Amino acid sequence: MNMKFFVPQDTTALALGAHSVAATLAGELEERGLKDEIIRNGSRGMFWLEPLLEVEIGDSRLAFGPVTPCDVSSILDSLSAIDKNSKSISHPLHLGEVEKIDYLARQQRLTFSRAGVGDPLCIKNYQNLAGFAGLAHAIRLKGQEIVDEIKNSGLRGRGGAAFPAGIKWQTVLDTPNEQKYIVCNADEGDSGTFADRLLMESDPYQLIEGMAIAGLAVGANQGYIYLRSEYPVAHKILNQAIERATEAGFLGKNICNSSSDFFLEVRLGAGAYICGEETSLLESLEGKRGMVRAKPPLPAIEGLFGKPTVVNNVLTLGAAASILEKGSETYKDFGMGRSRGTLAVQLAGNVKRGGVIELAFGVTLREVVEDFGGGTYSGRPIRAIQMGGPLGAFLPESQWDTRLDYEAFAAIKAMIGHGGIVVFDDTVDMAAQARFAMEFCAVESCGKCTPCRIGATRGVEVIDRIVNNQDRDNNLILLTDLCDTMELGSLCAMGGMTPFPVRSALTYFAEDFSGESPREN
Amino acid sequence: MDKSANIDELVEQFKTLPGGLIPLLHAVKHAVGYIPNESVPQIAIGFNLSRAEVHGVISFYHDFNTSPVGQHTVQICRAEACQSMGSRQIEAHAKKSLGIEYGETTKDGRVTLQPVYCLGNCACSPSIRIDDDIYARVSPASFDQLMSELYVPAAGNAGEKR
Repeated sequence: MNMKFFVPQDTTALALGAHSVAATLAGELEERGLKDEIIRNGSRGMFWLEPLLEVEIGDSRLAFGPVTPCDVSSILDSLSAIDKNSKSISHPLHLGEVEKIDYLARQQRLTFSRAGVGDPLCIKNYQNLAGFAGLAHAIRLKGQEIVDEIKNSGLRGRGGAAFPAGIKWQTVLDTPNEQKYIVCNADEGDSGTFADRLLMESDPYQLIEGMAIAGLAVGANQGYIYLRSEYPVAHKILNQAIERATEAGFLGKNICNSSSDFFLEVRLGAGAYICGEETSLLESLEGKRGMVRAKPPLPAIEGLFGKPTVVNNVLTLGAAASILEKGSETYKDFGMGRSRGTLAVQLAGNVKRGGVIELAFGVTLREVVEDFGGGTYSGRPIRAIQMGGPLGAFLPESQWDTRLDYEAFAAIKAMIGHGGIVVFDDTVDMAAQARFAMEFCAVESCGKCTPCRIGATRGVEVIDRIVNNQDRDNNLILLTDLCDTMELGSLCAMGGMTPFPVRSALTYFAEDFSGESPREN
Repeated sequence: MDKSANIDELVEQFKTLPGGLIPLLHAVKHAVGYIPNESVPQIAIGFNLSRAEVHGVISFYHDFNTSPVGQHTVQICRAEACQSMGSRQIEAHAKKSLGIEYGETTKDGRVTLQPVYCLGNCACSPSIRIDDDIYARVSPASFDQLMSELYVPAAGNAGEKR
């Protein structure tokens, strides 16, 4: 019986030894005289199962994981047994059919429907799974009609700010200029987030398609993907994907035999967190220090090199491709309130089953962390959850029943941001986490606004004094005052939201700041 | 290698690229291993910028080191997800076992240690990066193992090179 093997090559699978598994598998197949193909696919995003080996036999894709090189031989034995006796497989790592694994089956995958299915660089595979259908549709529409589709879908920016994507596109469309740009923000710097990376490494053509659609919509012929330098695997895959898409006529001059051009280039960041902020990103793309710009002018009117520019996150542009493919009504049917469509939740930190979970808005934080996550990796009780990256609040158990919805989170002074959830067990020292929030801001501030540049350094010192019981009451007042100043006196979210984790730690976990009973670890 | 000649070639190659300074600095770092201070005037002339502007860009970004680094760069993730899985202990262990602080290079010139804020591998923390390879679920013991492999000539990165 013919079999096809799939070994993922995304960053997490590689970090857990996927290359060694693939090499061992190739060796074993040769030794057994088998000619079965090994495909290096992307990841499904079930990272706790990586390296996840999949085997296609007939119509089914069987999964094994997490696999080490030592398991390969026994997996092949169990597969040859099924060949001879057509009995069910008995192997301790056998997980059944991959798409029936509960973690995956319970998701509502739109943006990530193709992730991990095949070789991410195979255009044919992408097209077999409805890839480039959205672009083909967009080519038949006028710019305004594409923008209307995005507006009607209710899609909001997935980078964190949740600004309606259609309105941004409309502004760029309505601003006349010979040169306009599409910029993809792939500077995914928030700790606990990796959905952009998964999409770029496992389904890069979807991003390319979304950007080409945006170009058609607003009349831009040049796109840039600003990718963080911490993602070497994504860098390689994106460059290869752009090359192949250009050869196949989906990028470059007269895309898909239309009269429109769209050129695309990857630009690498250089380790500055602040360049994930859109105006700082534009400065960096122009070859300058990544200093935040004041708004207005909006980037949609005066963006890259002073030209009208769409700046969208990877997932926003990816979603645009599926909206044009499936239609805005289908997309809009998912979600709640003003949060339409799906959210790629990223479950990270001290959690048993971490990964990317794409769900319609409206599920509670507790459902994600407990049902999908299965509790902490350490097995200890969860104490705090940080949602939305390093500028997001630390949430105590009393708030875990909040529904994932932009407005519901804003109401509790928290944010969904880019959808990252970092779980901490009961050994966490929340005063140390609050101190780290200030320290991180001090390291990564662009330096433009005084409250952020200097306030963050002072914040570290004030927290140290509180924990050391030096003039405690006055320093607590000072810290609150400092947080007010940073929130009100900073141009962007770096200074304006660093107080969120600090204040929430102080409010909900005040006992950690007492300086009396230092927690273990 | 004649560094300045090499850099002149790169400047020539990148100076007409829109926003080409950052790609140029990456290329210089790739070719030389760092951004030599003496290259600043060359770059400034090529890009029609002041030396202060070029210096300002170099000093803004963590990636652009202005002095040579060791044979291997080891980055330890300091971000929250890794902290929740004990990266503070990995950090302390790495500094102690290598005998260096962040930003320093071991005496034999083998390893430079750097902090990094997120490698996007947060579901399987704690993470470290050695050159272009990322490693998940690192413990002090596996850190020592990875370091010892760096000292075996031609052993590569635990068989993870493609």
